[in-house]
Amino acid sequence: MPSFDTIVIGAGPNGLAAAHRLASRGDRVLVLERGTTPGGGAAGAEFAPGFAAMPLAHLSYNLDARVARTMDLPRHGLRWANANLATTALSATGAHLRLEGPLGLTLTGEVSDRDRAAWAGLRARLLRFAGVLAPLRGMTPPRLAKGVGNPMGQLAKIALRARMMGADEFRELGRIFLTNVHDLLDDELETPLLKGALALDATLGIWLGPRSPNSVLPWLDRLAGATDGAQAALGLPMGGMATLGAAMARAAEAAGATIRCNAAVAQILTDGDTVQGLRLADGEELSAARIVSSLAPKTTLLSLVGARHLDAGQTTRARHLKTRGGAAKLHLALSAAPDFRGAALGDRLVIAGSEHAVERAFNPAKYGRTPQAPVMEIVIPTVHDPTLAPAGQHILSAIVQYAPPAPADPDAARTAMLDASLRVLEDHAPGIGALILKAEMLMPHDIETRWGLPGGNWHAGELSVEQMLFLRPLPGLSQYQGPIKGLWLASAGCHPGGGVSGTAGWNAALAMERAGK
Amino acid sequence: MTYDAVIIGAGHNGLVAACYLARAGLRVCVVEKNDWIGGAAVSRELYPGFTYSNCSYVCSLFRPEIMRDLELPRHGLQILPYEGGAMFTETGGYLGMFRDHEANRREMARHSPRDAENYDRYLRDLMRHCRFIRPLLMRRPPDLASFRPRDLSELAWLGKQISGMSEAAICDMLRFWTISISDYLDEYFENPVVKAYQAVGAIIGTALGPMSPGTAYVLLHHAMGDVDGNVGAWGYARGGMGAITRALADSFRASGGELRAGVGVERVLVRDGRATGVVLADGDEIRASRVVSNMDVRRTFLGHVEANDLPDGFLKRVRTFKTRGSSGKLNIALDGLPRFTALPEGAPMIRGDLHFTDSIERMELAYDDWKSGHFSRDPFQDMMIPTTIDPTMTPPGKHFMSSFVQYAPPKIAGKDWTHADRDAFGEACIAQIERAAPGFRDLILHVEVRTPRELEAEVGLTEGNIFQGELTFDQMFFNRPVPGYADYRSPIRGLWLCGSSTHPGGGVMGAPGRNAAAEILRDMKRPLDDMRDAYAVL
Amino acid sequence: MTDLRHYQTPLRQTPFHPRTSAANRLHAWAPWAGYATVQTYDDLAMEHSAIRNAATLYDLCPMIKYRIEGTDAAACLNRLTVRDADRLAVGGVHYTVWCDDAGHLIDDGTLFRLAPDRYRLCCQERHLPWLLDSAFGFDVRITDETGEIAALALQGPTSAVVLRAAGFDIDTLKPFRMAEFPFAGGHLTISRTGFTGDLGYELWTTPDLALPLWDSLTDAGALYGLRPVGSEALNIARLEAGFIIAGQDFTPAPHCLREDRLRSPLEMGLGWLIDWDKGQFTGRRALLRQRERGPHWAFVGLEIEGNVAAEGAILYHNRKTEIGVITGACWSPTLKTSIALAQVKARHAKGGNLWAEIYALRELHYARMMMPARVVARPFFNPTRKRQTPPGKL
Repeated sequence: MPSFDTIVIGAGPNGLAAAHRLASRGDRVLVLERGTTPGGGAAGAEFAPGFAAMPLAHLSYNLDARVARTMDLPRHGLRWANANLATTALSATGAHLRLEGPLGLTLTGEVSDRDRAAWAGLRARLLRFAGVLAPLRGMTPPRLAKGVGNPMGQLAKIALRARMMGADEFRELGRIFLTNVHDLLDDELETPLLKGALALDATLGIWLGPRSPNSVLPWLDRLAGATDGAQAALGLPMGGMATLGAAMARAAEAAGATIRCNAAVAQILTDGDTVQGLRLADGEELSAARIVSSLAPKTTLLSLVGARHLDAGQTTRARHLKTRGGAAKLHLALSAAPDFRGAALGDRLVIAGSEHAVERAFNPAKYGRTPQAPVMEIVIPTVHDPTLAPAGQHILSAIVQYAPPAPADPDAARTAMLDASLRVLEDHAPGIGALILKAEMLMPHDIETRWGLPGGNWHAGELSVEQMLFLRPLPGLSQYQGPIKGLWLASAGCHPGGGVSGTAGWNAALAMERAGK
Repeated sequence: MTYDAVIIGAGHNGLVAACYLARAGLRVCVVEKNDWIGGAAVSRELYPGFTYSNCSYVCSLFRPEIMRDLELPRHGLQILPYEGGAMFTETGGYLGMFRDHEANRREMARHSPRDAENYDRYLRDLMRHCRFIRPLLMRRPPDLASFRPRDLSELAWLGKQISGMSEAAICDMLRFWTISISDYLDEYFENPVVKAYQAVGAIIGTALGPMSPGTAYVLLHHAMGDVDGNVGAWGYARGGMGAITRALADSFRASGGELRAGVGVERVLVRDGRATGVVLADGDEIRASRVVSNMDVRRTFLGHVEANDLPDGFLKRVRTFKTRGSSGKLNIALDGLPRFTALPEGAPMIRGDLHFTDSIERMELAYDDWKSGHFSRDPFQDMMIPTTIDPTMTPPGKHFMSSFVQYAPPKIAGKDWTHADRDAFGEACIAQIERAAPGFRDLILHVEVRTPRELEAEVGLTEGNIFQGELTFDQMFFNRPVPGYADYRSPIRGLWLCGSSTHPGGGVMGAPGRNAAAEILRDMKRPLDDMRDAYAVL
Repeated sequence: MTDLRHYQTPLRQTPFHPRTSAANRLHAWAPWAGYATVQTYDDLAMEHSAIRNAATLYDLCPMIKYRIEGTDAAACLNRLTVRDADRLAVGGVHYTVWCDDAGHLIDDGTLFRLAPDRYRLCCQERHLPWLLDSAFGFDVRITDETGEIAALALQGPTSAVVLRAAGFDIDTLKPFRMAEFPFAGGHLTISRTGFTGDLGYELWTTPDLALPLWDSLTDAGALYGLRPVGSEALNIARLEAGFIIAGQDFTPAPHCLREDRLRSPLEMGLGWLIDWDKGQFTGRRALLRQRERGPHWAFVGLEIEGNVAAEGAILYHNRKTEIGVITGACWSPTLKTSIALAQVKARHAKGGNLWAEIYALRELHYARMMMPARVVARPFFNPTRKRQTPPGKL
């Protein structure tokens, strides 16, 4: 059977980042991808003839600077159409609120002076806290055990930096990191549209409503990301996010990695103690001393490795890994540009009238039902790159929340979610319905099918505090080393989570290097 | 004359603090605005011949060390353990809970054999978490930003507790503290009724639903108490919950303390950043070297202290301290024992806690109502009839029923509660009971319906929050009540807090009062001879 | 459907109850897994003596029994337990243990292979959740069949004779094997197993045949000194045999609140059970690590000076340093010596200068004794008759 030093399962951002690093160190690396194109969440599938394929991710918010630099992504095709996208919080009456600069540095619209001042203070604090915590993202997390090579020096540095903010700020961090987004905003601000846009930003892709305790920490993590060096800035690549995925794939190949698409892995082979290789769905066996799985840990452990090669307690923990995805994805092919009552179409458009609207959209999803009035984040990539659609026509891509991850009747739920979303869109862009050539609503279960993310969760496992840091993906497995010798976990389901960042893959590759020494 | 300490409010924590200070030889005066004492641990005759525990209604959390230190049994306090309970289902059945392990197992197996088997594992895990948390209750939380020896030593103590644990155990514990009770129970149980019953303790008193992260900890908060060493057991105070504060008051007086009821404190006197006493509503001044407030942190600092005397940062945190009430209460005098049709004749479950919300979903839906500013249309009730065990509270054959209800918001759609709202709220609860016990309505002699409005007006709990502040992580341990002030002190020298707004929070526990007294005595460099440390967890 | 009023009878009765209660002249009942079981019928010494010199009946019904069946039954049990369940032949029985991920003992028990894809696991504690967790990913069904089986232990030197007299030909039945017999219109399985360390059998049938079985054995045994025995007599016999009991000699991991009380098979003297080469089983990786660095604890048999049972005694090295605790002890009527089982720190596993601190309460006064304790091999009592096939007559 053919033999490689390392086989990486999954050609998503994490798999590609890990493959690049390992290959550039001289490893013979094979990347296996189930789909037809590499890129993972940054790889798309055609939804309407003549319109570009739309990936799961439509904006970049946390691309790892180490990954971008070392993989030299600009050389492989990454250009920012806009590396600091503004946000327009849409109002159904046209009284929009525009947030420019990272995390709404400047506000344009109807906002009281009191709120402007309060927001400036809160924004600075959020960015400061996120900045202090940001180095955690690039680290192998500690384990709560002795003699496991915990990065005590780095941790002490982070603690010191946090303490250097001053006693009051340090205490404030201790107060808010497990609080909820609703209270945090409500304590400071009064403008519903502002609070709505921020509440949605905070809860994008997580299975928590703004009123859920612990919802601030995932937001801080999101705000620790950066685009092109600017913290909390949102980036839109030229050609859409698929360009970013393609650039990463080209970079990995340039470093010497081999990428094989249409190759689904069925089983990781082990002799009980050490991995031997793997078997593809078509029966082909490949041997390798090291297997790096960038698939969701739940999938890797329970399906690829299999319960019988693991301890029973660990299997149970893996089964209990929470993977509810609450974000659906809507793609519209439009015959002409829609009119959101004058809003700048190149902006990130947000429909979330207030923090309550976000919470109300979450309520039914808890019970497996779809919301009457979903909230959404809209991007119209064709405004930035008209080549993505036939001349004069447009693509509207929206993340729609909250969708139930496991509805009783999946097809009915999809229809209901699409209908509700179109109603909300029609309210904000009258006449948009008449422009629709094709609509695609991807529910979490569709996202699971297409991108292999359990529950359709972006992070390949909920990003919630009980599944973060040393608890991610499972106690004892937080340092990327799998339960079997030679198996490494390098997925968004590992620290620090998902997004098109490559961070988990990069961290994992660093951990492999350390272990190899 | 100048007292060593004046204590604002004769609730259980105020009295506990008062007792310890008086026993240490301090001249202590307790001031209570109501004619009656006890705060929310009170027995009142609101219908002739019937004693009501009209606020708090059961006891388990009250620290046994305090009962013993203050000789409360000698002053008349007896705790009667009660038996099990039942959760009625919409389909006319029920899930019972029994003290006997095997009976309980068989009962659970009626609903799900798998859940019955898993129950032991669940209890074991819960008990492990209890063992960790119990020693924390009677300690002062460290200030993480401080380098003072006391804070460092408390932090070191905490580190030592954790360092003896395995990686899996610490991870399980941290997960437990942050997860929702719904997610947590899903890992053990499959049956909705079993899950709903276990979730009861996770929502009581909180402005959170069972699907909110952090509610598993709230369950622990209700499970970490004990009755005579039976951890997790609950009991009634004989003669109603007022028996606790009555015994405390007797103990206080026996130590030479002075108690003034009927006139409230208007404000705290502050001179040169130091508390010097209080002014009463009738204009009287009481001079004291220190003032100890049993009121919640918002009432204390926003209502009884000049804003000028407080730093802005502190004031802001006090203003944003969350005290949203989430519960109401029905106190009912009954002409006889109601007959719950689902229960076998003479079943012992009627002597325990009874509930009607047979799924986590229904509980969460009740919470969604609260979030939207309305009381729950299908409320959650924690109902009991203490007179089935304690015959001293009513005439023979008559009964007192206490039903704790969630959720009830502090305001209805942003407006104050009206009498009509209150009646509609009461009716929703009575209708739910009537469905399980037809004819119940005809037994009612008198009903007192209490909403957050009444709790605030009578007991002084801001927004009717029974814990004097929500029990979420941002308001717990070193964050309670305000980060940097978890040591029972305030920015005003000589002004101390001893209520449930402080660590370790609400419930009739007495620990905040005791811990505050300990800090005051330490501050005075007095020995803590008459104060036990927490009993060791062996 | 369980009767709603089940709470009125906290302890259930076994299928043998009409006979055991009639014989229980002391009315000394104790709970065991939700059933009422007899502690002593009428005389402890006579009962123990019968175990070693005649034949005895012991009601085993409360013993927890799980049926494990399906094409993956052997694979699942291999993952669950430390021994190789595949190598257990159909009709065979073996003693085994199972652990959690950290290699801590959950329980011990006997595994019966009833068919190529069907096993029965008998143990002291309930473990269904753990078994189901362990079965995830395997094609296997696990059922608690405790209530579906009436089980009776027939133990003692004359037990084979009694069985023959009752019409069962067990001459060729070897230790740790079982055989099936028609009985009273149904079936009876007889296994040559037991908890006394003596010649003995365990009998398994359906609850409806419990009383006919009891009667047929008592009739057959009348001439061979057969009598029912309670848990107290059995406990002395099992100590003489050096057998351990979950919950007494070690704390099962699922009940353990205090992490320092957890014990691995290596620490309980059960390392010999572990099949290191059979592949993955739960706890294997942790146990490999423990084997490498050496366990902290050891489990030993002790003979103790004097004639006072050393139950619960603390063990010292050199009379000073606390090094362990006695988990079970008795005066052995068979061996005429004081015996004990103990957990000791691993470095004292071979003994030497060990002392047991014994407190004997005599007429409201404690006699405190520091008695020398000597580590001896287990079983303390190991008669050849328990192995002989065909079994001897008496």
